[in-house]
Amino acid sequence: MSRRLAGRVNWNKVTPYLLILPAILFELLIHVTPMIVGVWMSFVNLTRFFITNWLAAPVAGFANYSIVLNFDKPLGRQLAQSFGVTLAFAVLTVGLSFILGTLAAIVLQRQFRARGPLRTLFLIPYALPAYAGIITWKFMLQRDNGLINQLLVNDLHLFDQAPFWLIGDNAFVSLVVVSIWHQWPFAFLMTMAGMQSIPDELYEAAAIDGASVWRQIRHITFGMMRPVNTVLVLLLFLWTFREFNTPFVLFGSAPAKSANLLVVTIYNSSFIQWNFGLGAAMSVLLMVFLILVSALWALWNRRVHN
Amino acid sequence: MFETKGFKVFRWVVLIPLALFVLVPLYTMITSALKPMRDVLGTFQWLPAHPTFQPFADIWTTVPLGRYFANSLFVSVIAMVCSVIIAIFASYAISRYRFRGRGAFSGVVLATQMFPGVLFLLPLFIIFVNLDRLAGAHLFYQTRLGLIVTYLTFTLPFSIYMLSGYFDGIPRDLDEAARVDGTSALGALFRVVLPSARPGIIAVAVYSFMTAWGELLFASALTNAQTRTLSVGLQAYSSEVNVYWNQVMAASLVVSVPVVVGFLVLQRYLVAGLTAGAVKA
Repeated sequence: MSRRLAGRVNWNKVTPYLLILPAILFELLIHVTPMIVGVWMSFVNLTRFFITNWLAAPVAGFANYSIVLNFDKPLGRQLAQSFGVTLAFAVLTVGLSFILGTLAAIVLQRQFRARGPLRTLFLIPYALPAYAGIITWKFMLQRDNGLINQLLVNDLHLFDQAPFWLIGDNAFVSLVVVSIWHQWPFAFLMTMAGMQSIPDELYEAAAIDGASVWRQIRHITFGMMRPVNTVLVLLLFLWTFREFNTPFVLFGSAPAKSANLLVVTIYNSSFIQWNFGLGAAMSVLLMVFLILVSALWALWNRRVHN
Repeated sequence: MFETKGFKVFRWVVLIPLALFVLVPLYTMITSALKPMRDVLGTFQWLPAHPTFQPFADIWTTVPLGRYFANSLFVSVIAMVCSVIIAIFASYAISRYRFRGRGAFSGVVLATQMFPGVLFLLPLFIIFVNLDRLAGAHLFYQTRLGLIVTYLTFTLPFSIYMLSGYFDGIPRDLDEAARVDGTSALGALFRVVLPSARPGIIAVAVYSFMTAWGELLFASALTNAQTRTLSVGLQAYSSEVNVYWNQVMAASLVVSVPVVVGFLVLQRYLVAGLTAGAVKA
């Protein structure tokens, strides 16, 4: 009987499912289950007393959400402030990384002597383990023995007194600069690859018609790059908005108010204050926001293309 | 074309500041690693006045860098191997078969790759702690096994996404011809597709390894003194009250060299794999 059954199995239909089965099992274990648990956590009072006994944690309903979204109370205000900082940080970092990446890709599009070495050099910050680059910047940004103050104060005399770069409002500037340093090579990589697929004939034809280099860049390069650029900007935004390494290495778990990014806020509420319910509520809100941004992006993208 | 005088000037106006921006931290890292402690305490010196290799020897005793290194290596290699193996089968199915649920599966893979890690960190922490309590043993929390599981949350979707893109680029005629000759699906995968996909698989493996090697969020919440990885170890090293900056720079250099060399050697494959998805879209 098993033989007859086996004979009826359509292997062509079953094979893909067998191939994909391990991946599905892992997806369930490492992504789907944690996400369900995460949403559940945001509805219970998961404080330090219940961490090792989660099922006993009292149901909180929407209490966690109303706490983090009550902007009259310190915690809600802190979240709103952190959201604002993160948004400003993401817009600046993505914008500037994109501009630097595009500029570098444009000037490196044509062959010239230094092209290969420069391309390799520009990719190094991206290849470096993120924390190694950030630690180096942390040293450079030290007030008394760092390179930045040596350059700005002692060599160029731009400041009378050596400024602090890792606390106060300056911390935000440091955060943006360091993040751009290790993120712009990715924008460069993507735009460079995109520009390589623009046919040379387009530029040649335009040149014959008398279009200047600048007109060629404006009309051909930017026009042809639009699909790549829209994807790239979304990717960069999603990645920057969840940035953790840069603030955590630069400032530890107690960043200046000006540089208090959302993921660090969530991390602190969970692993410093041990209130996982609040942390989970904030992560769910973060996820909803990122999904909303992606959905709006998709809508806008479709509209532009139609 | 593109060789007018104005454009040449513009080229260097862009490239010189950018090159300096990239180079200065690299220069700082290398030269400071060659300075004795007293030379990194005072104002910054542009050139090492008393060059020494001592920091490179000291890092192994000041902090248990060797242990961090072994932990990072173990966790990154296992996470890489697991995700590449699982991804090979899944990507083959996605690339070569049309089946119900294919779109949904690819969608989930793409979406999970976009989600912030902190979304998985909080629940996984709670799950690990409670599973350990149930089992009465340290299985997941603060263990290398637990860290590997969390690393799969980003290496696996990335590997599937990148590898299925790579498989799509291998002509289907190749494995279909083998199938007509009576080779099984797995036979076609192993004897035809995998050999031609070798660069892609190497790229996926190296990239998975690199991301795991540089990971900090999961490692800082889920390790202890015994299981610490390089990222957490160095972050702590650079946050002490009196920081040995020369040693911290030497250690940063040592942990960077393997991945940077790997990246630069395999640059061509990595760039192709990384950009395939976005450029296609």
